[in-house]
Amino acid sequence: MLDLARRPAEAPPTGAALAPVLEVKNLVTAFATRRGPFKAVDDVSFTLAPGKTLCLVGESGSGKSVTARSILQIVDPPGAIESGSILLHRHRTAKGDRAGPAETVDMAALHPRSRAIRAIRGRDIAMIFQEPMSSLSPVHTIGNQIVEAIRLHDHVGKKEAKERAVELLKKVEIPRPEKAIERYPFEYSGGMRQRAMIAMALACTPSVLIADEPTTALDVTTQAEILALIKKLQTDVGMAVLFITHDMGVVAEIADEVAVMRFGKLVEHGDTLTIFERPQHDYTKMLLGAVKALDRPSPRRLQRRETNPPGDPVLEVRDLRKVFGSSSGFLGRNKDYVNAVDGVSLTLRAGENLGIVGESGSGKSTLGRCLMRVYPANGGEIRYIDRKGTVHDIAALPERGLAPVRRDLRMIFQDPFSSLNPRMTVGQIVGEPLLVNGLAQGARLRDRVAELLSLVGMPESAMERYPHAFSGGQRQRIGIARAIALEPKIIIADEATSALDVSLRTQVLELLLDLQERLDLSFIFISHDIAVIRYFCDRIAVMFRGKVVEEGATEAVCTAPQHAYTQALLSAVPHPDPRMRGTRIRHRYTGAG
Amino acid sequence: MTAAVLDPRAHPSADQASQWRLMWWAFRRHKLAMTGLVIVALLYLVALLAEFFAPYDPDAAVARHVYHPPQAVHFFDTAADGSWAFRPHVQGMRLSRDRFTLQTTYAPDPGQKIDVGFFVKGTPYKLWGVIEMERRFFGTVDPTQRAYLIGADRLGRDMLSRVVAGTRISMSIGLVGVGMSLVLGIILGGLSGYYGGWIDATVQRIVEFKLAMPTIPIWLGLSAALPMDWPPMARYFAITVILSLIGWTELARVVRGRFLSLRTEDFVTAARLDGCSERRTIFRHMLPSMVSHIIASVSLAIPGMILAETSLSFLGLGLLPPTISWGVLLKEAQNVRSIAQAPWLFAPGAAVCLAVLALNFLGDGLRDASDPYAQEGR
Repeated sequence: MLDLARRPAEAPPTGAALAPVLEVKNLVTAFATRRGPFKAVDDVSFTLAPGKTLCLVGESGSGKSVTARSILQIVDPPGAIESGSILLHRHRTAKGDRAGPAETVDMAALHPRSRAIRAIRGRDIAMIFQEPMSSLSPVHTIGNQIVEAIRLHDHVGKKEAKERAVELLKKVEIPRPEKAIERYPFEYSGGMRQRAMIAMALACTPSVLIADEPTTALDVTTQAEILALIKKLQTDVGMAVLFITHDMGVVAEIADEVAVMRFGKLVEHGDTLTIFERPQHDYTKMLLGAVKALDRPSPRRLQRRETNPPGDPVLEVRDLRKVFGSSSGFLGRNKDYVNAVDGVSLTLRAGENLGIVGESGSGKSTLGRCLMRVYPANGGEIRYIDRKGTVHDIAALPERGLAPVRRDLRMIFQDPFSSLNPRMTVGQIVGEPLLVNGLAQGARLRDRVAELLSLVGMPESAMERYPHAFSGGQRQRIGIARAIALEPKIIIADEATSALDVSLRTQVLELLLDLQERLDLSFIFISHDIAVIRYFCDRIAVMFRGKVVEEGATEAVCTAPQHAYTQALLSAVPHPDPRMRGTRIRHRYTGAG
Repeated sequence: MTAAVLDPRAHPSADQASQWRLMWWAFRRHKLAMTGLVIVALLYLVALLAEFFAPYDPDAAVARHVYHPPQAVHFFDTAADGSWAFRPHVQGMRLSRDRFTLQTTYAPDPGQKIDVGFFVKGTPYKLWGVIEMERRFFGTVDPTQRAYLIGADRLGRDMLSRVVAGTRISMSIGLVGVGMSLVLGIILGGLSGYYGGWIDATVQRIVEFKLAMPTIPIWLGLSAALPMDWPPMARYFAITVILSLIGWTELARVVRGRFLSLRTEDFVTAARLDGCSERRTIFRHMLPSMVSHIIASVSLAIPGMILAETSLSFLGLGLLPPTISWGVLLKEAQNVRSIAQAPWLFAPGAAVCLAVLALNFLGDGLRDASDPYAQEGR
């Protein structure tokens, strides 16, 4: 009792860092459905420690996002927390200004609309979302939104809040923050918006940051910058980070701990090196296997090329141009226009896979659509050499003359959900090209569709069902069946695997290689994902702002890139090996023309 | 590699469900809309069999029953000895007139009990002007007696019969009017949305011009131009045409918007690349995705038509007596005297409210359910 004056010894910082700030125990979140409750999160437990990053990994539908949303109780109805506890230890936050008595809140017990939980959201726990455009209000300036976030929790004046907002924007490395604060979200690029979101999340120096796929919608070079930024801020402030992602490369890059989820359950949990090098659960092994399989050229393709080298050119593109918004404006003034495709020349040989890689806005998808004449080209020629050796210039053909060419050139779309008509059965969708080209009818059509479905590994019974009955990977197979229905020579695959989970990606790529062997196909494969291109393509063309900046054999370009942009792109790709973390020097290519 | 990851939520019964089945599932969850659907179905049933549902001929006037007040139905009859029996009846009323003020009052006549029942034989009538029938859905057991459940008007005509008869005109004018504007709207909106360019610009300017014109004066002007001596049938069609000439603009915009958003969908591009002709792309691939949206906007447009007809007739410029519509009936309730003496003349107004609300709820439910794929989120 006499020792009251003596202050207790301050806890060593390492000890404080180990004590968890957030504990999730046996969390169950269920959605009431027509067929009874569906447990999206089923008995999940984990802890977050200050200054540490936990990566929650899983494929789509594994319940990782619902877990994150359950913590803040922002699950969309009819979802609700059923049982379990979410303990927030406020006294253990890294802020250090609250050395008061132990203060632990069970957030699962709070009402989702209560004042208590609103005080936690944003102040103790902040969240950033995948789509930065839809999570920022389009009608308020960035500055106003950050100021509002600050003033919601801290009672400060408008002027002070604004000063802090500028400070925050400076922290997230937005250039000229005094000017940027007056701008609206649409004036920001995708990466800038995500930075602004992070600035908003950090407005009240939260002790926990939940990042739900924050870089999925961004290009790899931007992703690398955002990841580095989160890491830096984390070490500055000592936040605990819960990072949700499906990308093992990102996990290897940033995680201290990894938790793997599947069907709402936590299947494996451990530190990063252990998970990557000695995975225990079959699902983790499969996930890592799929990632590692994509980290090299397909052995099957290499083998095939030794016996069947690519033949004569089937498609020659010369100086192709596509300009958007070129119409002359009011009073004949020339408006802004975009050179989406700016003088591209390419050659595709028979039996060859040509990859076109580039970031969003590089014009790679426009190029693919110009080749199919979905968009008319503004200049140049697309020479297609058919089976008989006749040359067609797709760019100059009249609309009526396109039918035979479109029978030989087919397309696979990126989004397996919007590319299949939801109002038609799978049999009707796959049979449509055969029917309208007058190739088969009635029982013959049915047999042919069944044959096509079995070629892509789908059961015959799929014919009677509607697309909504199938998962993304299965839908993409249906799209492939439709593409090969007319026995084409060339298939243009526009981001055909981007919407798929990593384990399905390899399956679809294997399927395409298999079909190439059976049907003598050539592919133009458009993607932003270098790993996929490296696995699948013989040659690669790198696009930047409508131009091809580098072209060559895939391995040569991937191992020894010549152009500065290719170097920047390759350096930004996260590598799925935690031991390689921080071994590469990143640089950004700004492009001088 | 291991087998494909299957979605545990996928359920076999939903796999073969077409869009209509999914829409129905979504619609059924909307309680208010289901109520609306039932009421709308009942209203159209009444409209279809109006002669059968009306207790009396709506034009039969009884001078003794001028402004007869509503009578309540009693189910049990107690005799003088205290015994009782199930015998639905209404209390008869006797008219008396004040000697000095000449004010008429109705007082219950205890001696007179008028038996009522379902499916009774009433005055003969012709269903749809063709089939001779005697049975009526509801009425007095003795066809010479009369019961007024919601009162009588200034000529002693049964209001209930008149409201029922008005249902046919008022509900059908909405349907026919919307049908006509639908044809115009789909053709013009479709052309505008699919082709774009100068066609789109022209159609949109026409639509904007139409929308900029004040509706009520236009209606008034057009219907005032109709010759007063036209037969009721010709007038009815003229009024529907006038209403739909204005109404198509909204539908044209809905259709155009759907075409614009669908035109860029991947599955429409895929249909073009499959070699589908323009016609097939529109009718086989685009229109089926739109039908549900169109139905929803149609069911939201019908109440507007009903209200427009009611207002025109109320102002004396729409349909004219002897045609019976809710608007025509409400015209009778225009003066202060009727409010003071016979508030039951407003009954057609209640019918208008019921129909408009039910159709709006139905339309809301249909609109919410019309995109089952957006709701299912998969």
